[in-house]
Amino acid sequence: MKLALISDIHANRQALQACLAHARQQGADQFAFLGDLVGYGADPAAVLDDIMHLAEQGALVLRGNHDDMALNPPQAQGGEATLGSQGAQWTHDQLSDAHRNFLTRLPLTLSHDGLLLVHASADRPESWRYVDGESAAGRCLEQALAQQQGPHVLVGHVHHQALYFRGAGRGLMKFEPMPGSPVPTPAHRPMVACVGSCGQPRDGDPRAMYALCDRTLQKITFHRVPYNHTEAAAAIRRAGLPESFAQRLEHGR
Amino acid sequence: MKLLNPGHLIDGFEVQTCLHAGGMAHIYKVVYAPSLDGSRRAAEFPMAMKIPRMTAGDGAENIVSFEIELQILSELKGTHVPRFVAAGDLSRLPYLVIEYVEGQTLQHWLDHRETVTVPEMAALGAAMARAAHSLHQQNVCHLDLKPANVLIRPDGSAVMLDFGLSCHAHYPDLLAEELRKAVGSPVWISPEQVVGVRGDPRSDIFAIGVMLYELATGELPFGEPATTGGMRQRLWMDPPPPRKHRPDLPEWLQEVILRCLEPVAASRYPSASHLAFDLTHPDQVKVTERGRKTEGTGFWTHFKRWVRASGMAYRPSPVPVEQIEQVPIIMVAVPHHDVSDATLYSLREAVARSLGIRPGARLACVTVISSGLTSSTESEKSETQVHRWHLSRLQQWAQPLDLGGHQTSFHVLESGDVADALLRYAEGNQVNMVIMGAATHGLQMQRVLATVPIKVAMQAPCTVILVKQGLPFERLAEVTV
Repeated sequence: MKLALISDIHANRQALQACLAHARQQGADQFAFLGDLVGYGADPAAVLDDIMHLAEQGALVLRGNHDDMALNPPQAQGGEATLGSQGAQWTHDQLSDAHRNFLTRLPLTLSHDGLLLVHASADRPESWRYVDGESAAGRCLEQALAQQQGPHVLVGHVHHQALYFRGAGRGLMKFEPMPGSPVPTPAHRPMVACVGSCGQPRDGDPRAMYALCDRTLQKITFHRVPYNHTEAAAAIRRAGLPESFAQRLEHGR
Repeated sequence: MKLLNPGHLIDGFEVQTCLHAGGMAHIYKVVYAPSLDGSRRAAEFPMAMKIPRMTAGDGAENIVSFEIELQILSELKGTHVPRFVAAGDLSRLPYLVIEYVEGQTLQHWLDHRETVTVPEMAALGAAMARAAHSLHQQNVCHLDLKPANVLIRPDGSAVMLDFGLSCHAHYPDLLAEELRKAVGSPVWISPEQVVGVRGDPRSDIFAIGVMLYELATGELPFGEPATTGGMRQRLWMDPPPPRKHRPDLPEWLQEVILRCLEPVAASRYPSASHLAFDLTHPDQVKVTERGRKTEGTGFWTHFKRWVRASGMAYRPSPVPVEQIEQVPIIMVAVPHHDVSDATLYSLREAVARSLGIRPGARLACVTVISSGLTSSTESEKSETQVHRWHLSRLQQWAQPLDLGGHQTSFHVLESGDVADALLRYAEGNQVNMVIMGAATHGLQMQRVLATVPIKVAMQAPCTVILVKQGLPFERLAEVTV
C-alpha cells in the first residue's frame, strides 16, 4: 500500500496534476491532502474540483490556515495587508457554495493506521505552529504521542522537506532527505515528516514536492517533480494577482 | 539469550550449527525449513542467521546497531557484501538471514600467519580498498573496518561484514547524537570519528591503513587506547614509521600505509580506488620523505599539531558519492601505431579539459601493444626494451600537459585484443572515465563492425569520451614535420 502525501497546493493546478501523475506512476493507491489547498495560486476552483472528486473516492483531506482565510478573508487593517491575505478575498470570490461547504467541513487532523496527519503541528493544530526545527518537531511529536496517536506524524505548512527522527540520543534530529531516495521508517521508530509544498516551493528549486509512504516496506520517499511553472505563473498574472506570487513560482522562493 | 539447538525453526528457517557466539550476536548456519509435505526448498547459496543478543539489561545501542545493519545490508549490492535474504520483525523477533560467505577473516590471517610477504600485503590491501570503494559508491561508509570484519574469499577478494556502526548518506543516521561521541573500535577508529564526524569515506581508508600497518609490522600504530583522550592522540600524532619496526619493508609500501594514516582526512588518499591503484602498481608510487623515514616525527611537530587539534570538533561530511566523484581516476588510451598527430593532439586536449575541472583527479596513460611484439630471444625486442620504448613515448606524449597536483602513471599493456585489454584495465582499477580516439579505423567500418572504440563505449563500466581528431590550423606546421 502506497499513500501519497500532498500538501500546500495553494491553488496551483499544474503542480497538483504533475504530482498526482507522478504518484500514480510510482504506484500510489491512496492520496492525502494536508491542507492549504488554496491561496496564492490562480486556480482555486479547479483545484478544489479535483480534490473533491478524489475525496469521493476515499482521499483524505485536511484544512489549512489558507483554506480558513479563503472562507473568512481577513479585512486589511489600515491598508496593511499581509502577503497571504492579499489574495484571500480574490480566492473567496472564485469559490462556489459547494467549494465553501467542502472546505468548512474539513478536519484539522486525521489519524490513520499509525499515522497522524496534520497541516501545521500536532502541538495545538488550530494555532498553525511551524515545525521548523528540532525542538518544534519534538513538541509536535510529544503532543501526538500524548494523545495516543502516531508514532509517525506527517505535516505540511513549512514548505520544506525534512524528516525529524529519534536516534540514539534523546531529542529529535533533523534529516534532509535526498529526493527520490527511499528512507526506512520502521513502525516502532517515532518521526515527524514535513512533506514540503506541492504548489509553492520556497527552497530555490521550482519543482513541486510531495512524499510517498510505502506502508508495506515501511519507507518514505520525498519526491521533487518538475511541472509547468511558467504556465502557473502566467495564470497568476492573467488573474491580476500580485506579481510577487508569480515570481515566487518561477524562482521557487 | 540462550543458544538455539539444531533443528529449531524460525519463520521458515531451520537452525543448524552455531558459527559464532559473540557479545553482540549469535550467528548460526541455517537452511530453509521443510514444508508440510516434507520437501525442502533449496537455497541458492549457503545462509547464515544473525540474532542480536538482547536481554532486559542490554542498552538501546544494540538494537539501534541491528536496525542500521538491517537497513544498510538490505540495500547494498555487489560481491563485497554478503547477500541479504530475510529479516525478522524488529519488535517481535529480530534476526537477519544473509549469505554465508566462504573465506577467512583478516583476523584469522593475522593470528595464523607468521609473516605476510609484501605482495600478499599489497594484495590484501588492494582487496580491502576495492571492497570499501564499492560501499562508498553506494553512499555507505562502513566506519568499523577491522580484521574481524573483513573476510577474504578463496579468490583473494574481500567481503565486508557487520554494518552495525555504518552510515548511509541517504538515511537518517541513528547513531548521530546531539553530543557527538566517538563511535567505532578504538584501535582502528579514524581521527575524525573520534570527534564525532560520521560519514567520511576517508575514515575507512584510515582503518585500512591501520590494518596494513599491523600486517606489515605486527604492531598497532596507535596501540589500544582505553579512553577518549587516548583515542584523541591520533588527531595529531604520526605513528612510528613501519620501517622502524621492519627495515626490510619497501619504501613504497610505507609511503602508502602512512598516507592512509594521515591525521587530516584531506591528506590521505582521496578515494579508496586511488589506494587500490597504488597497491596494485608499486612501481608507480611516488615515494616521498614519508616513505623513506625510519625515525618517528619529532616532539615539536607533534606539539604544534596537538595545539591545533585541541580545537577540532564536529563538522558535517559531504555525501560520499559526490566526494569520490570529485577525485576520479581518468584513463587515456594512447594508440602507438596508425595514429595521426592530430589524433594525439586532440586526445591531449581532451585530457587537459577533463583534468582541468577536477583538481584531485588521477591520470593513467595506457597503451596496448600486441603480444607478438616482444620476444624472449631477440635482445632489441625483449620485453623490458619494448616496454621502455613505449613508456618513454607515453611520457613524451604527456609532456605538454600541466600535471601539477595530478598523480600520473604510465602503463604498457600486452594483449591481442585492444578493446578487451582496455576494458579489463578500466574495470580492475575502478576507472571513472576513459578517454580515447573515436575512429582509428575509419568511421565507415563502424556501421558493420564493432571497432575498438565502439566495443569499449558499449561495455565499459564507466563514462567513455570518444575524441574526434581536430588540429588547429596554426599547429599543423609544427607537428607534421
